[in-house]
Amino acid sequence: MSAPAPPLLEVVDLVRHFPVRNAFGRRVGWLRAVDGVSLAVQPGETLGLVGESGCGKSTLGKTVMGIYTPTAGDIRFAGREIGWLAKRERRAVARDLQYVYQDPGASLDPRWKVVHLLHEPLKIHTALSRAEREREVLAILAAVGLPDAHLDLYPHELSGGQQRRVGLARILTLRPRLVILDEPTSGLDVSVQASVLKLFRGLQEAFALTYVFISHDLAVVRAICARIAVMYLGRIVELGPTAAVFERPRHPYTQSLLAAVPRIGGRRVTQEFALEGEPPNPRDVPSGCRFRTRCPHVQARCAVEEPPLREVEGRRVACHFA
Amino acid sequence: MAELLAVRGLRVDFATDRGPAQVLDGMNLDIETGEVVGLVGESGCGKTTLARAILGILPEGAARIRAGEVRFKGTDLLREDPAAVNDRVRGRAITFIPQDPFTSFSPLFPIETQIMDLMKWKSPRAGNGGGPASILGRYPRARHRADREAALEILRAVQIPEPARALRRLPHEFSGGQRQRLMIAMALLPRPDLIIADEPTTALDVTIQAQILRLLRALVKERGVSVLFTTHDLGTAHEICDRVVVMYAGQEMEAAPTDAFFGRPAHPYTRRLLASVPSPGGEIRDIPGEVPSLVTPPSGCRFHPRCDYATAECRDVRPALRALAGAHGIRCHHPVDAPAGADP
Repeated sequence: MSAPAPPLLEVVDLVRHFPVRNAFGRRVGWLRAVDGVSLAVQPGETLGLVGESGCGKSTLGKTVMGIYTPTAGDIRFAGREIGWLAKRERRAVARDLQYVYQDPGASLDPRWKVVHLLHEPLKIHTALSRAEREREVLAILAAVGLPDAHLDLYPHELSGGQQRRVGLARILTLRPRLVILDEPTSGLDVSVQASVLKLFRGLQEAFALTYVFISHDLAVVRAICARIAVMYLGRIVELGPTAAVFERPRHPYTQSLLAAVPRIGGRRVTQEFALEGEPPNPRDVPSGCRFRTRCPHVQARCAVEEPPLREVEGRRVACHFA
Repeated sequence: MAELLAVRGLRVDFATDRGPAQVLDGMNLDIETGEVVGLVGESGCGKTTLARAILGILPEGAARIRAGEVRFKGTDLLREDPAAVNDRVRGRAITFIPQDPFTSFSPLFPIETQIMDLMKWKSPRAGNGGGPASILGRYPRARHRADREAALEILRAVQIPEPARALRRLPHEFSGGQRQRLMIAMALLPRPDLIIADEPTTALDVTIQAQILRLLRALVKERGVSVLFTTHDLGTAHEICDRVVVMYAGQEMEAAPTDAFFGRPAHPYTRRLLASVPSPGGEIRDIPGEVPSLVTPPSGCRFHPRCDYATAECRDVRPALRALAGAHGIRCHHPVDAPAGADP
């Protein structure tokens, strides 16, 4: 794939392991949550990060965000290494890089009015005057589709959807360049999900945002992301343009994952679905290819040699036989 | 097929600070023997309240049943002696699979204790009285042995590896998917006629969800058990159901066999709901407006403020339930006659 612009975010061989301790606090092993992930995000694009629970997609997002420090590897944001910065310097980057939790409304302080909530990030990160801040806040509020009258309300006086909008407004007041959305639509009804997705899309255009969209919902990712990275047990197994990956998945795990999604109309997918078993514990990763314990096409080589991510049909796949 | 369950005109109010909320307002539902019926709708539409009303476990004090009947095998459960319902119906003829397999087991006791505790009272081999007379009553030896055999057999049927060893384990030693398999096993053990499954796969990953849905459908079809499967995921409903009922603001809006429901939905709400599922092309369509308050619900048709086809009639007159061709029921003045997806 040609990449004319330099990537906004580049992650190289990123590793984040967590120590596993016994009851006496002694380390008895490592949980390999993220285990050598490399990817690049172009400015203005939406990269989907999918996988089942425990595959390390949230850990990856949080390590990029600086919530966890990397165990090894590099994180480059706008050409600058940010994984190993001192706290002070790191804070300056925080403005450009924002993280949206599953329910951004739940992180609002119940004792603060909306106006106060929206001014706070500007007070911390900018030197704007009061009047300038006011202007900024009104602009953001309009962008997320809330009336000015809501400024004087407390979070509990708003509906869940409106709280979510305030949470997003709070993140956007700083005009970030990259926003990491962590499961932003899980637990929502389809109709509400549709309006949240519309909002994300509108905001991306209005503020020239770049998204990393972490989700386990493949239908949502397909609708909103241009490129997609599929993770399994701490590693990327397939990375490429969404349309191509969905039409012709090359990695056996991607194939099984797509086959498991219930579809409306036509045959029932559960009648043909073949993948057995559950993902192994990330404390005890299988040798060689991590997917081999559940893979329908497994061969002797898979247990010995870990497949590297290699170029196949305009995408990258980590499988010996793709 | 024979009628197993018929809910007619059920009205349930909940007391709130702002007055009674009409959570179920003239709800009807039919389930035939051996049929898997999907109950779909958005959060707050009354799915869980309906499930609880059928089981007779509405929160006492807050909920009030105002009208209607829940007819199960010919007897109205709402008017039947509560002790008889407890002995013969709840947990025996009608069982329940909860949404969350993580919090539904006691973390303190091995699986065997929890299964045998259920079987002491709800075993198909316990007489009509439903087990010992009091909580201190003895669990007859012979029945205990037979019940334990049945439990091992059902654990094999839900594909739990090494059932005898599994019985000795604690719930935290099982993964989420396995715990949901155990829940299905416990729901099947009393040999029920009807299982109420309340969003049983929402907490699971897609590959595990596919395994569980396939297993559940195979087991109930093999045993001729009916299922009421509530879900907010339309794809899941398509996977497992023979017939789908869609609820909105405490009323059933449309009920149809699965193929007709997804292929030729007639109610504007159903059509909007189906259209809001993200499409592969990236088109996103939401439903304008918000779910109405149940304390002051809209007059006439409850969907009219958000409906593309609403007229003055919809605002004033509450649509009655009427039948379209092919066992297709609908509550709408202006049903749409077109395949799914062909909307303005």
